[in-house]
Amino acid sequence: MNDKGRIVLGLLAFLVLITFPVWYNLVSGQDSRPPEVELPTDETRCVADREFMRTEHMQLLMDWRDAVVRDKQRIYTTEDGRQFPMSLAGTMHTHDGGSCMSCHANKDKFCDRCHDYLSVTPYCWDCHVEPKGEQ
Amino acid sequence: MAVKRREFCKLAGVSALALAGGSASAPGAAAEANETDKLIGEPIVGNRWAMVVDLQACRKEEGCRDCIVACHSTHNVPAIDEPKEEVKWIWKEHFAEAFPNQQHEYLAHDLQHEEVLVFCNHCDSPPCTRVCPTQATWKRDDGIVMMDWHRCIGCRYCVAACPYGSRSFNWRDPRPYIDEINADFPTRSRGVVEKCTFCDERLAQGRMPACVEACKDKCLVFGDLEDPGSEVRRLLEKRHAVRRKPGLGTQPEVYYLV
Repeated sequence: MNDKGRIVLGLLAFLVLITFPVWYNLVSGQDSRPPEVELPTDETRCVADREFMRTEHMQLLMDWRDAVVRDKQRIYTTEDGRQFPMSLAGTMHTHDGGSCMSCHANKDKFCDRCHDYLSVTPYCWDCHVEPKGEQ
Repeated sequence: MAVKRREFCKLAGVSALALAGGSASAPGAAAEANETDKLIGEPIVGNRWAMVVDLQACRKEEGCRDCIVACHSTHNVPAIDEPKEEVKWIWKEHFAEAFPNQQHEYLAHDLQHEEVLVFCNHCDSPPCTRVCPTQATWKRDDGIVMMDWHRCIGCRYCVAACPYGSRSFNWRDPRPYIDEINADFPTRSRGVVEKCTFCDERLAQGRMPACVEACKDKCLVFGDLEDPGSEVRRLLEKRHAVRRKPGLGTQPEVYYLV
Protein backbone atom coordinates (compact mmCIF):
# COMPACT_ATOMS: atom_id res chain seq x y z
CA MET A 1 0.00 0.00 0.00
CA ASN A 2 2.65 2.49 -1.03
CA ASP A 3 0.50 4.03 -3.82
CA LYS A 4 -1.09 6.69 -1.63
CA GLY A 5 0.75 9.47 -3.37
CA ARG A 6 -0.19 8.29 -6.81
CA ILE A 7 -3.83 7.82 -5.88
CA VAL A 8 -4.08 11.29 -4.39
CA LEU A 9 -2.36 12.75 -7.45
CA GLY A 10 -4.74 10.86 -9.74
CA LEU A 11 -7.76 12.01 -7.79
CA LEU A 12 -6.53 15.59 -7.91
CA ALA A 13 -5.99 15.40 -11.67
CA PHE A 14 -9.46 13.94 -12.04
CA LEU A 15 -11.02 16.73 -9.99
CA VAL A 16 -9.19 19.40 -11.94
CA LEU A 17 -10.32 17.92 -15.24
CA ILE A 18 -13.94 17.42 -14.27
CA THR A 19 -14.27 20.96 -12.93
CA PHE A 20 -12.55 22.36 -16.02
CA PRO A 21 -15.63 24.24 -17.31
CA VAL A 22 -16.07 25.99 -13.96
CA TRP A 23 -12.56 27.25 -13.34
CA TYR A 24 -11.88 27.88 -17.01
CA ASN A 25 -14.72 30.40 -17.01
CA LEU A 26 -13.42 31.94 -13.79
CA VAL A 27 -9.83 32.20 -15.02
CA SER A 28 -10.66 33.47 -18.50
CA GLY A 29 -12.97 36.08 -17.00
CA GLN A 30 -15.85 35.05 -19.24
CA ASP A 31 -19.26 36.08 -18.09
CA SER A 32 -21.52 33.22 -17.22
CA ARG A 33 -24.50 35.36 -16.34
CA PRO A 34 -27.75 34.71 -18.21
CA PRO A 35 -28.10 36.71 -21.42
CA GLU A 36 -29.84 40.05 -21.55
CA VAL A 37 -32.49 40.33 -24.19
CA GLU A 38 -33.23 43.61 -25.88
CA LEU A 39 -36.76 44.76 -25.16
CA PRO A 40 -38.76 47.11 -27.37
CA THR A 41 -38.32 50.74 -26.43
CA ASP A 42 -41.64 52.16 -27.62
CA GLU A 43 -43.89 49.55 -26.01
CA THR A 44 -43.86 48.43 -22.40
CA ARG A 45 -46.81 46.06 -22.26
CA CYS A 46 -46.71 42.65 -23.91
CA VAL A 47 -49.81 40.50 -24.43
CA ALA A 48 -49.34 39.13 -20.91
CA ASP A 49 -47.14 40.03 -17.97
CA ARG A 50 -43.41 39.59 -18.14
CA GLU A 51 -43.07 36.59 -15.83
CA PHE A 52 -45.73 34.68 -17.72
CA MET A 53 -44.20 35.48 -21.09
CA ARG A 54 -40.76 34.51 -19.87
CA THR A 55 -41.78 31.01 -18.84
CA GLU A 56 -44.87 30.27 -20.93
CA HIS A 57 -44.35 31.98 -24.29
CA MET A 58 -43.80 28.68 -26.03
CA GLN A 59 -47.11 27.30 -24.80
CA LEU A 60 -48.89 30.55 -25.70
CA LEU A 61 -47.44 30.41 -29.22
CA MET A 62 -48.57 26.83 -29.64
CA ASP A 63 -52.07 27.70 -28.43
CA TRP A 64 -52.13 30.58 -30.90
CA ARG A 65 -50.95 28.30 -33.69
CA ASP A 66 -53.78 25.85 -33.06
CA ALA A 67 -56.35 28.62 -32.68
CA VAL A 68 -55.39 30.23 -35.99
CA VAL A 69 -54.84 27.18 -38.14
CA ARG A 70 -57.40 24.80 -36.73
CA ASP A 71 -60.09 26.91 -35.05
CA LYS A 72 -60.26 29.93 -37.40
CA GLN A 73 -59.59 32.31 -34.49
CA ARG A 74 -57.09 35.00 -35.37
CA ILE A 75 -57.54 37.68 -32.74
CA TYR A 76 -56.25 37.37 -29.18
CA THR A 77 -57.80 39.47 -26.42
CA THR A 78 -55.49 40.21 -23.51
CA GLU A 79 -56.63 40.30 -19.89
CA ASP A 80 -56.86 44.08 -20.03
CA GLY A 81 -58.98 43.97 -23.18
CA ARG A 82 -56.47 44.83 -25.90
CA GLN A 83 -56.71 42.88 -29.14
CA PHE A 84 -53.82 41.52 -31.14
CA PRO A 85 -53.48 39.28 -34.18
CA MET A 86 -52.25 35.83 -33.17
CA SER A 87 -49.33 36.10 -35.51
CA LEU A 88 -45.65 35.49 -34.99
CA ALA A 89 -44.13 37.51 -37.78
CA GLY A 90 -46.85 38.93 -40.03
CA THR A 91 -47.24 42.64 -40.74
CA MET A 92 -51.04 42.81 -40.43
CA HIS A 93 -52.28 44.56 -37.31
CA THR A 94 -55.33 45.54 -35.30
CA HIS A 95 -55.94 48.95 -33.74
CA ASP A 96 -54.02 47.84 -30.66
CA GLY A 97 -50.97 46.37 -32.32
CA GLY A 98 -49.42 43.75 -34.56
CA SER A 99 -47.61 40.43 -34.44
CA CYS A 100 -44.90 39.40 -31.95
CA MET A 101 -42.16 40.56 -34.27
CA SER A 102 -43.79 43.93 -34.89
CA CYS A 103 -42.52 44.84 -31.42
CA HIS A 104 -39.64 42.40 -31.03
CA ALA A 105 -38.28 43.29 -34.43
CA ASN A 106 -34.83 41.88 -33.90
CA LYS A 107 -34.77 38.10 -33.72
CA ASP A 108 -31.05 37.92 -32.96
CA LYS A 109 -31.21 40.22 -29.98
CA PHE A 110 -34.47 38.89 -28.60
CA CYS A 111 -35.27 35.27 -29.45
CA ASP A 112 -31.81 33.96 -30.21
CA ARG A 113 -29.96 35.37 -27.21
CA CYS A 114 -31.90 33.18 -24.80
CA HIS A 115 -32.38 30.25 -27.09
CA ASP A 116 -28.67 30.07 -27.89
CA TYR A 117 -27.75 30.32 -24.21
CA LEU A 118 -30.13 27.48 -23.37
CA SER A 119 -29.18 25.48 -26.44
CA VAL A 120 -32.73 25.20 -27.69
CA THR A 121 -33.46 25.37 -31.41
CA PRO A 122 -37.14 25.94 -32.07
CA TYR A 123 -37.95 25.48 -35.75
CA CYS A 124 -40.32 28.46 -36.06
CA TRP A 125 -38.04 30.22 -38.52
CA ASP A 126 -37.75 27.29 -40.91
CA CYS A 127 -41.04 28.58 -42.30
CA HIS A 128 -42.04 31.84 -40.62
CA VAL A 129 -40.34 34.86 -42.09
CA GLU A 130 -37.88 36.69 -39.90
CA PRO A 131 -38.39 40.46 -40.10
CA LYS A 132 -35.87 42.36 -42.18
CA GLY A 133 -34.46 45.66 -40.97
CA GLU A 134 -31.56 45.98 -38.56
CA GLN A 135 -30.08 42.61 -37.85
CA MET B 1 -68.28 36.49 -36.18
CA ALA B 2 -70.44 39.48 -35.43
CA VAL B 3 -68.95 42.91 -34.87
CA LYS B 4 -68.36 43.40 -31.18
CA ARG B 5 -69.62 46.59 -29.59
CA ARG B 6 -66.10 47.69 -28.75
CA GLU B 7 -64.91 47.18 -32.33
CA PHE B 8 -67.98 48.87 -33.71
CA CYS B 9 -67.41 51.93 -31.52
CA LYS B 10 -63.78 52.04 -32.58
CA LEU B 11 -64.67 51.76 -36.26
CA ALA B 12 -67.40 54.36 -35.96
CA GLY B 13 -65.03 56.70 -34.16
CA VAL B 14 -62.29 56.28 -36.71
CA SER B 15 -64.69 56.79 -39.62
CA ALA B 16 -66.14 59.91 -38.04
CA LEU B 17 -62.67 61.34 -37.43
CA ALA B 18 -61.60 60.49 -40.97
CA LEU B 19 -64.66 62.23 -42.40
CA ALA B 20 -64.28 65.30 -40.22
CA GLY B 21 -60.54 65.82 -40.25
CA GLY B 22 -59.46 64.20 -43.48
CA SER B 23 -56.09 63.30 -42.05
CA ALA B 24 -57.23 61.97 -38.70
CA SER B 25 -55.58 58.81 -37.45
CA ALA B 26 -56.59 56.21 -34.93
CA PRO B 27 -54.41 55.89 -31.85
CA GLY B 28 -51.83 53.20 -32.40
CA ALA B 29 -52.59 52.80 -36.09
CA ALA B 30 -50.43 54.65 -38.55
CA ALA B 31 -52.17 57.03 -40.91
CA GLU B 32 -50.16 56.17 -44.00
CA ALA B 33 -52.19 54.69 -46.82
CA ASN B 34 -50.18 51.50 -47.08
CA GLU B 35 -50.51 50.99 -43.36
CA THR B 36 -54.30 51.10 -43.41
CA ASP B 37 -54.55 48.13 -45.75
CA LYS B 38 -52.48 46.21 -43.24
CA LEU B 39 -55.35 46.65 -40.79
CA ILE B 40 -57.19 43.39 -40.19
CA GLY B 41 -60.81 43.70 -41.32
CA GLU B 42 -63.90 41.75 -40.40
CA PRO B 43 -63.58 38.13 -41.59
CA ILE B 44 -65.60 37.01 -44.61
CA VAL B 45 -67.58 33.97 -43.52
CA GLY B 46 -69.54 31.39 -45.48
CA ASN B 47 -71.07 27.94 -45.14
CA ARG B 48 -69.83 26.27 -48.33
CA TRP B 49 -67.13 28.08 -50.23
CA ALA B 50 -66.86 27.37 -53.95
CA MET B 51 -65.21 28.83 -57.01
CA VAL B 52 -66.67 29.31 -60.47
CA VAL B 53 -64.18 29.61 -63.36
CA ASP B 54 -65.54 31.23 -66.51
CA LEU B 55 -63.45 29.52 -69.20
CA GLN B 56 -64.88 31.67 -71.98
CA ALA B 57 -63.76 34.86 -70.30
CA CYS B 58 -60.44 33.33 -69.21
CA ARG B 59 -59.68 32.31 -72.79
CA LYS B 60 -59.86 35.89 -74.07
CA GLU B 61 -56.37 36.82 -73.12
CA GLU B 62 -53.91 34.19 -74.17
CA GLY B 63 -50.93 33.58 -71.95
CA CYS B 64 -52.34 35.62 -69.06
CA ARG B 65 -50.83 34.47 -65.77
CA ASP B 66 -52.06 37.21 -63.46
CA CYS B 67 -53.87 34.91 -61.05
CA ILE B 68 -51.01 32.42 -60.93
CA VAL B 69 -48.43 35.10 -60.25
CA ALA B 70 -50.64 36.73 -57.60
CA CYS B 71 -51.27 33.44 -55.80
CA HIS B 72 -47.71 32.19 -55.92
CA SER B 73 -46.18 35.45 -54.77
CA THR B 74 -48.73 35.86 -51.98
CA HIS B 75 -48.12 32.38 -50.65
CA ASN B 76 -44.36 32.13 -51.16
CA VAL B 77 -44.67 29.27 -53.63
CA PRO B 78 -41.20 28.34 -54.90
CA ALA B 79 -40.53 28.38 -58.64
CA ILE B 80 -38.69 25.10 -59.22
CA ASP B 81 -38.16 24.31 -62.89
CA GLU B 82 -37.86 20.55 -62.66
CA PRO B 83 -41.30 19.05 -63.38
CA LYS B 84 -40.77 16.22 -60.89
CA GLU B 85 -40.10 18.59 -58.03
CA GLU B 86 -42.17 21.63 -58.94
CA VAL B 87 -44.56 23.15 -56.44
CA LYS B 88 -47.81 24.69 -57.61
CA TRP B 89 -51.04 25.93 -56.12
CA ILE B 90 -52.76 27.14 -59.29
CA TRP B 91 -51.66 26.40 -62.84
CA LYS B 92 -52.86 25.72 -66.39
CA GLU B 93 -53.55 22.28 -67.77
CA HIS B 94 -54.65 21.22 -71.29
CA PHE B 95 -58.39 20.76 -71.53
CA ALA B 96 -58.01 17.06 -72.35
CA GLU B 97 -55.94 16.51 -69.23
CA ALA B 98 -58.13 18.56 -66.94
CA PHE B 99 -61.33 16.96 -68.29
CA PRO B 100 -60.38 13.48 -69.55
CA ASN B 101 -64.05 12.43 -69.56
CA GLN B 102 -65.11 15.28 -71.81
CA GLN B 103 -62.55 14.50 -74.48
CA HIS B 104 -63.67 13.40 -77.95
CA GLU B 105 -62.38 13.57 -81.51
CA TYR B 106 -64.64 16.38 -82.64
CA LEU B 107 -64.27 18.62 -79.64
CA ALA B 108 -64.59 22.30 -80.46
CA HIS B 109 -61.32 23.56 -81.83
CA ASP B 110 -60.79 26.28 -79.25
CA LEU B 111 -61.44 23.84 -76.41
CA GLN B 112 -59.00 21.30 -77.81
CA HIS B 113 -56.17 23.75 -77.62
CA GLU B 114 -57.34 25.45 -74.54
CA GLU B 115 -55.46 25.57 -71.31
CA VAL B 116 -57.68 25.36 -68.26
CA LEU B 117 -56.96 26.98 -64.93
CA VAL B 118 -56.76 24.29 -62.25
CA PHE B 119 -56.21 24.28 -58.51
CA CYS B 120 -57.42 22.40 -55.44
CA ASN B 121 -61.10 21.53 -55.87
CA HIS B 122 -61.87 21.70 -52.15
CA CYS B 123 -63.95 18.58 -52.62
CA ASP B 124 -67.01 17.93 -50.52
CA SER B 125 -65.80 14.37 -50.09
CA PRO B 126 -62.02 14.83 -50.17
CA PRO B 127 -60.00 11.64 -50.48
CA CYS B 128 -56.83 13.41 -49.33
CA THR B 129 -58.10 14.14 -45.83
CA ARG B 130 -59.20 10.56 -45.30
CA VAL B 131 -55.72 9.17 -45.77
CA CYS B 132 -53.80 11.74 -43.71
CA PRO B 133 -52.39 9.93 -40.66
CA THR B 134 -51.84 13.10 -38.60
CA GLN B 135 -54.89 15.17 -39.52
CA ALA B 136 -52.55 17.72 -41.02
CA THR B 137 -55.20 18.14 -43.71
CA TRP B 138 -58.92 18.22 -43.01
CA LYS B 139 -62.16 19.70 -44.26
CA ARG B 140 -63.28 22.77 -42.37
CA ASP B 141 -66.95 23.35 -41.62
CA ASP B 142 -67.04 25.99 -44.34
CA GLY B 143 -65.82 23.47 -46.92
CA ILE B 144 -62.22 24.59 -47.22
CA VAL B 145 -59.82 21.65 -47.39
CA MET B 146 -57.23 23.07 -45.05
CA MET B 147 -53.56 22.30 -44.44
CA ASP B 148 -51.74 22.48 -41.12
CA TRP B 149 -48.10 22.57 -42.16
CA HIS B 150 -47.00 22.28 -38.55
CA ARG B 151 -48.46 18.80 -38.46
CA CYS B 152 -47.51 17.46 -41.88
CA ILE B 153 -44.98 14.65 -41.60
CA GLY B 154 -44.42 14.37 -45.35
CA CYS B 155 -45.78 10.87 -45.88
CA ARG B 156 -47.37 11.98 -49.19
CA TYR B 157 -50.44 9.75 -48.81
CA CYS B 158 -52.56 12.79 -49.69
CA VAL B 159 -50.52 13.43 -52.83
CA ALA B 160 -51.28 9.88 -53.93
CA ALA B 161 -54.94 10.15 -52.96
CA CYS B 162 -55.75 13.40 -54.78
CA PRO B 163 -57.04 12.55 -58.27
CA TYR B 164 -56.36 16.10 -59.51
CA GLY B 165 -52.66 16.44 -58.76
CA SER B 166 -53.47 19.45 -56.63
CA ARG B 167 -50.87 18.70 -54.00
CA SER B 168 -47.16 19.33 -54.23
CA PHE B 169 -44.39 17.97 -52.06
CA ASN B 170 -41.35 19.99 -51.05
CA TRP B 171 -38.51 17.73 -52.06
CA ARG B 172 -36.01 20.41 -51.11
CA ASP B 173 -35.82 23.59 -49.07
CA PRO B 174 -38.11 25.97 -50.99
CA ARG B 175 -36.57 29.24 -49.74
CA PRO B 176 -33.83 29.60 -52.38
CA TYR B 177 -36.51 29.29 -55.08
CA ILE B 178 -38.66 32.15 -53.88
CA ASP B 179 -37.88 35.45 -55.59
CA GLU B 180 -39.32 37.80 -53.04
CA ILE B 181 -40.58 36.43 -49.75
CA ASN B 182 -43.92 37.78 -48.53
CA ALA B 183 -43.47 38.31 -44.80
CA ASP B 184 -47.19 37.93 -44.19
CA PHE B 185 -47.22 34.27 -45.11
CA PRO B 186 -44.90 31.50 -44.00
CA THR B 187 -42.85 29.52 -46.47
CA ARG B 188 -42.84 25.77 -46.13
CA SER B 189 -39.91 23.58 -45.18
CA ARG B 190 -38.48 20.52 -46.83
CA GLY B 191 -40.65 17.43 -46.44
CA VAL B 192 -44.03 19.16 -46.29
CA VAL B 193 -46.98 18.94 -48.68
CA GLU B 194 -48.71 22.12 -49.80
CA LYS B 195 -51.67 23.24 -51.88
CA CYS B 196 -54.27 25.97 -52.37
CA THR B 197 -56.26 26.79 -49.21
CA PHE B 198 -58.82 29.11 -50.85
CA CYS B 199 -56.86 31.91 -49.16
CA ASP B 200 -58.23 31.11 -45.71
CA GLU B 201 -55.81 33.69 -44.26
CA ARG B 202 -57.15 36.44 -46.51
CA LEU B 203 -60.80 35.55 -45.84
CA ALA B 204 -60.04 35.81 -42.13
CA GLN B 205 -58.76 39.34 -42.69
CA GLY B 206 -61.74 40.38 -44.77
CA ARG B 207 -60.16 40.02 -48.20
CA MET B 208 -61.11 37.89 -51.21
CA PRO B 209 -58.72 35.19 -52.49
CA ALA B 210 -55.62 36.56 -54.21
CA CYS B 211 -56.41 34.97 -57.60
CA VAL B 212 -59.94 36.39 -57.63
CA GLU B 213 -58.62 39.85 -56.82
CA ALA B 214 -55.90 39.61 -59.47
CA CYS B 215 -58.14 38.62 -62.42
CA LYS B 216 -59.00 41.75 -64.35
CA ASP B 217 -61.57 39.93 -66.52
CA LYS B 218 -63.45 38.63 -63.47
CA CYS B 219 -63.15 35.02 -64.69
CA LEU B 220 -62.88 33.72 -61.15
CA VAL B 221 -65.91 34.06 -58.93
CA PHE B 222 -65.68 33.01 -55.31
CA GLY B 223 -68.69 32.65 -53.07
CA ASP B 224 -70.92 30.74 -50.72
CA LEU B 225 -72.96 27.96 -52.36
CA GLU B 226 -75.37 27.87 -49.45
CA ASP B 227 -76.28 31.50 -49.95
CA PRO B 228 -79.01 31.50 -52.65
CA GLY B 229 -78.29 35.13 -53.48
CA SER B 230 -74.57 34.66 -54.05
CA GLU B 231 -72.88 35.33 -57.38
CA VAL B 232 -71.71 31.70 -57.65
CA ARG B 233 -75.28 30.41 -57.28
CA ARG B 234 -76.55 32.93 -59.82
CA LEU B 235 -73.91 31.83 -62.36
CA LEU B 236 -74.54 28.13 -61.79
CA GLU B 237 -78.29 28.61 -62.30
CA LYS B 238 -77.80 30.63 -65.47
CA ARG B 239 -75.05 28.72 -67.26
CA HIS B 240 -73.99 25.12 -67.74
CA ALA B 241 -71.08 24.19 -65.55
CA VAL B 242 -68.87 21.11 -65.44
CA ARG B 243 -66.64 19.74 -62.72
CA ARG B 244 -63.42 17.76 -63.03
CA LYS B 245 -63.72 13.94 -62.95
CA PRO B 246 -67.19 13.92 -61.37
CA GLY B 247 -67.40 10.12 -61.68
CA LEU B 248 -64.93 9.68 -58.85
CA GLY B 249 -67.49 10.94 -56.36
CA THR B 250 -65.21 13.49 -54.76
CA GLN B 251 -67.77 16.27 -55.32
CA PRO B 252 -65.39 19.03 -56.42
CA GLU B 253 -66.43 22.54 -55.49
CA VAL B 254 -64.72 24.25 -58.39
CA TYR B 255 -67.11 24.72 -61.29
CA TYR B 256 -66.13 25.47 -64.88
CA LEU B 257 -68.43 27.41 -67.18
CA VAL B 258 -67.60 26.11 -70.69
